[in-house]
Amino acid sequence: MLHVISPIMRVIEIPMLALQRVLGINKLAWVFLFPNLLLFGLFAFLPVILNVVYATTGGDNVLLADRPYVGPRNFGTLMDCSNYLDPNSCREDKFWRAVWNTSWFVTLQVGMMVCFSLLTAVILNGEIRARGFFRSVFFFPVLLSPVVVALIWKWILQREGVLNAFLDWTGIGGFNWLVDAQWAFGWSVFISVWAHMGFYTLILLAGLQAIPRDVYDAATMDRASPWRTFRRITLPLLAPTMLVVLVLALIKGVQTFDEIYAFTGGGPGTATTFIIQYIYEEGFAGAPRLFGLAAAASLLVALVLILLTLVQLWANRKNANG
Amino acid sequence: MAKVISFLTATRGKGRLHWTDWVSYAYLAIGIFLMFGPVIWLVLSSFKTQNELDRFPPRFLPYAQETVELDGFEDPLILFTVSRTSESEVAGETVAQTRRGAGRAEVVRLDDPETRIRLPAVDLQAIESVAFATENYTQLFERFNFLRFLWNSTFITVVATLLMLLVNSMAAFALSKYEFRGRTTVLLLVIGTLMIPQTVVLVPLFLIVTELGMFNSLWGVIIPGAATPTGVFLLRQYMITIPDEILDAARMDKASEWKIFWRIIVPLSAPAIAVLAILAIMWRWNDFLWPLIVLTRTENFTLQLALNSFQGELQTDWASLLAMTVLTLLPIAAVFMFLQKYIATGIASTGGK
Repeated sequence: MLHVISPIMRVIEIPMLALQRVLGINKLAWVFLFPNLLLFGLFAFLPVILNVVYATTGGDNVLLADRPYVGPRNFGTLMDCSNYLDPNSCREDKFWRAVWNTSWFVTLQVGMMVCFSLLTAVILNGEIRARGFFRSVFFFPVLLSPVVVALIWKWILQREGVLNAFLDWTGIGGFNWLVDAQWAFGWSVFISVWAHMGFYTLILLAGLQAIPRDVYDAATMDRASPWRTFRRITLPLLAPTMLVVLVLALIKGVQTFDEIYAFTGGGPGTATTFIIQYIYEEGFAGAPRLFGLAAAASLLVALVLILLTLVQLWANRKNANG
Repeated sequence: MAKVISFLTATRGKGRLHWTDWVSYAYLAIGIFLMFGPVIWLVLSSFKTQNELDRFPPRFLPYAQETVELDGFEDPLILFTVSRTSESEVAGETVAQTRRGAGRAEVVRLDDPETRIRLPAVDLQAIESVAFATENYTQLFERFNFLRFLWNSTFITVVATLLMLLVNSMAAFALSKYEFRGRTTVLLLVIGTLMIPQTVVLVPLFLIVTELGMFNSLWGVIIPGAATPTGVFLLRQYMITIPDEILDAARMDKASEWKIFWRIIVPLSAPAIAVLAILAIMWRWNDFLWPLIVLTRTENFTLQLALNSFQGELQTDWASLLAMTVLTLLPIAAVFMFLQKYIATGIASTGGK
């Protein structure tokens, strides 16, 4: 590998040296920054601006010149609802179904995720054997691709799958899990917790290990019960880390798409269609391609994410400062 | 044995197992089952023949019917045991089946392939043994353009990772080792991009990539993600710890800035670069939504896209699907086995996955 790269680097050195002579050492920093900033500009900042343009124009053409200005009409379409709690009363009912599905999903998924990762982290932090092994047991699904996660569980949950075989054997009887709206939703929450909890466990475990031992020793001296120690020492000292985990999980949860899309395709019906899938389908999968609606919905999601990210940055800083 | 017992009765140092230890180990045991079980089931299933996959209830291990090659027959013959209650002359013996139809079968003895014996098919019990069928895997290469998908995924992963390492480490070098006006602004801009995940700018990103002629091209997947705030920060945090004196010494020796970057900073940042490389490989190999939008022609599909589109088309062809799933997770599993420690620290320190 290195003997391929080294000559390339030597070639780059020639123009870089020339630039160094012209600009001087400190201005050369901009040259080092240039590729990264160009990419950020083209693929992050420019899109944010264009997103606003798309959201305020109509039609199904992707080229900006061919898109008529419609003002806030796209937002109007999304928000046209006589009762926001009931998607059927909305003009863009699919959007509101996706919004409510996502809200429920995020609530349940983040709740379960935080509980189980905390429980796992506390147990892994105890005096157990083979901690490294157990840590990787819980962690490895994080590395699996969303499609692989979806297929692993589809294979288990299919009509003639191993779970139904087991339920048949116990006498409860099998069930067509992914055809039932509520079960499909429940399993979506489950596989998403299964796939990601290892990541949060890891962060919480790091947080637990940062709590000084002598605090616990003092508690033991005072004959505090395990539960009391947990509630009065572990939880308060872990709070900053918990906040980071909570916000991170929320940010990822709102953007849930790929594993559920591969798992249920958003169905049955729209039972597991989440907001990113709505954006994808309006903008890219359906005909006509309603880029305006997709962009307007993206802006609303972006708003939520920006708020959450600001909280995250604040939480990170708080966590770092102890 | 003593070791096992001492392992099982390991305590919090007071001699007896506290009830919380029992609960902990029970939880961990369930954890192993829930986390490993599904993947083991997937791998075992991928080695089953279609017959075996259709079987309900399924069996844990893959089985195959035993066959034998006899003189005078072109294809291998399936072996059966004849039940003891059979009224034919071969009751209780092992025979090879030559023909079957309408509830009756024609069999031969293994040592006498000439004499055909006819008997009711219900008397025959197949002889099975644990066998890992590899046809599911081999047929992937015959029936699908599997190598093409593998190549696309590998190309994207390798090129995107290298590009990302170069671009991000250059930026990190500038932000950690130079004093220049506007540095704080640039840092804030980089933090700003944290708030713009790809998922919220899909539409305009699609326009830009199309205008640049990268629609339906692997470069359309590689380039937009090459600059990442996570990468810049991770590398910058590490490069800040490299003493400036080393750079000054190199400058005394008339080394160019590029040479300092390439020959001093990059090698000294190797641990951080390795962590970022692992993260990048993982992100790119598993990437789904953006490739789904940019790559619409089958010959451009990555493994993830192929897997997703085949699960729609081949709903009943689990044999191919399972094998393809295993091959898709294999590279990541290999990376995990060898680089576990780095992955854990990398992910914990960047908060990114």
